[in-house]
Amino acid sequence: MKNPAYIVGAFEHPTRKAETKSTAQLHAEVAYGALQDAGLQASDIDGYFCAGDAPGMGGLSMIDYMGLNKLRHYDTTESGGSSYVIHVGHAVEAILQGKCNVALITLAGRPRAEGMQTGTAVRSMGVGVPDESFEIPYGRTIATMHAMVATRHMYEFGTTSEQLAWIKVAASTHAQYNPHAMLPKVVTVEDVVNSPMVADPLHRLDCCVISDGGGALIVARPEIAKSLNRPKVGVKGWGEAYKHQNAGGIDLTYSAAAMSGPMAYEKAKVKPSDIKYASIYDSFTISVLVQLEDLGFCEKGKGGQFVQDGGLISGVGKLPFNTDGGGLCNNHPSNRGGMTKVIEAVRQARGEAHPKVQVPNADLVLANGKGGNLGTRHGCGTVILERE
Amino acid sequence: MATQAFDRTPQAPAESPDNKPYFDGCREGKLILGKCKDTGKLFHYPRHVSPFTLSNNVEFVEAKGTGEIYSWSVARGKEPFCVAYVKLDEGPIMLTNIIECDLDALKCGQKVKVKFKATEGDGAPVPMFVLA
Repeated sequence: MKNPAYIVGAFEHPTRKAETKSTAQLHAEVAYGALQDAGLQASDIDGYFCAGDAPGMGGLSMIDYMGLNKLRHYDTTESGGSSYVIHVGHAVEAILQGKCNVALITLAGRPRAEGMQTGTAVRSMGVGVPDESFEIPYGRTIATMHAMVATRHMYEFGTTSEQLAWIKVAASTHAQYNPHAMLPKVVTVEDVVNSPMVADPLHRLDCCVISDGGGALIVARPEIAKSLNRPKVGVKGWGEAYKHQNAGGIDLTYSAAAMSGPMAYEKAKVKPSDIKYASIYDSFTISVLVQLEDLGFCEKGKGGQFVQDGGLISGVGKLPFNTDGGGLCNNHPSNRGGMTKVIEAVRQARGEAHPKVQVPNADLVLANGKGGNLGTRHGCGTVILERE
Repeated sequence: MATQAFDRTPQAPAESPDNKPYFDGCREGKLILGKCKDTGKLFHYPRHVSPFTLSNNVEFVEAKGTGEIYSWSVARGKEPFCVAYVKLDEGPIMLTNIIECDLDALKCGQKVKVKFKATEGDGAPVPMFVLA
């Protein structure tokens, strides 16, 4: 046991449209699923991590709902879809500091059942948000703000729509083997670039799905991981970083992964070329491209060449990614994809991904989450997992 | 192909004591930037705190209202319009809309100039840009 903590339980909710379940119920169901996966009991949980999708004040209502009564550590770090990747790092640190032994992380939501127009509606985060007075009058959406990252990438580096489309092609190639995937049909580059334009230069098939569901992880100290009858997946490296509009000094060519990635590599004492599989946050195709560059899998500006011709397809390309189909094809529960990124990375490290997409000897894998908006404010969390 | 930008009426900005100098400027047809007096650096969006030093040693200065498109996108739909980041000649980049333009002919680097646009109700007008 050579890592500071281990992901001993991982569970992804199979639902994609939860019309008959509450958000709290989904949180509890994924928590139970992760406990079952680990071979632990609810009474073993002494640390709880959740983010803004948990109903109530922070996690207090979920602690109440789930009847967690042995908690001695609690963390509600909210960084949108990257929260759960960041929580993994926080859980490891809490375990290292003796604050808890068994940390539960949950995510759940039902935007699809609620009819949410996630990417194309002008949304406010509430009253008194200082930046919104300078943004909402302009009708900005998640889609247009990510699209501007793509426009600038194309302008500076010559990236093409066809290259972005290869990211969706790879995700769909993997999704065909996932019986739960919302979009299991394999698509071509032509399908993507001929799909309706949503926000220039992003087409409908450059965008992730809107789905219900959730997921949970259990992070435990080495002694506990050793006692369980599951593959040993250690957290070897972790990092988190935040990027914003920098007082108007905006540079759309990179994400916070340019900072969180190096932190994780340094802790793990590995380099990008050592990574056998990567889960990359895929709210849009462009999100993936920018993170791949920032995580050092290719040079800045060369992401288009890296992903084209199947560069991300398992068994074909240099870096198999999102073998569950990712947010582009599988699911994006609660509009927050970081949890499912870690879960598929755990499956790969355990050798429990679908046989058609399992990477041989995936003993070193990476998951990166991005939450918030790539074009304004966001946080990234990176974790590097090692199968022992 | 040419697609004329839809002439939308923007939602009124939420005004507060913190952003009052900016929207007071908008009502007078002036585009306001924040200036940190500790460092001499300009910033957008204007606020009463320096995003460089966190001190309140700031002032509000008028920008020329000219710049170039740093990046852009078009929200497609029945009423298409352009969302853009414009790099002001003074340096800071601001979120805005490019209006009165052909949405199929936009490019990064195009020169633009400010044009204030009325918002819903009695909201402050907001700076948008037209091709220069």
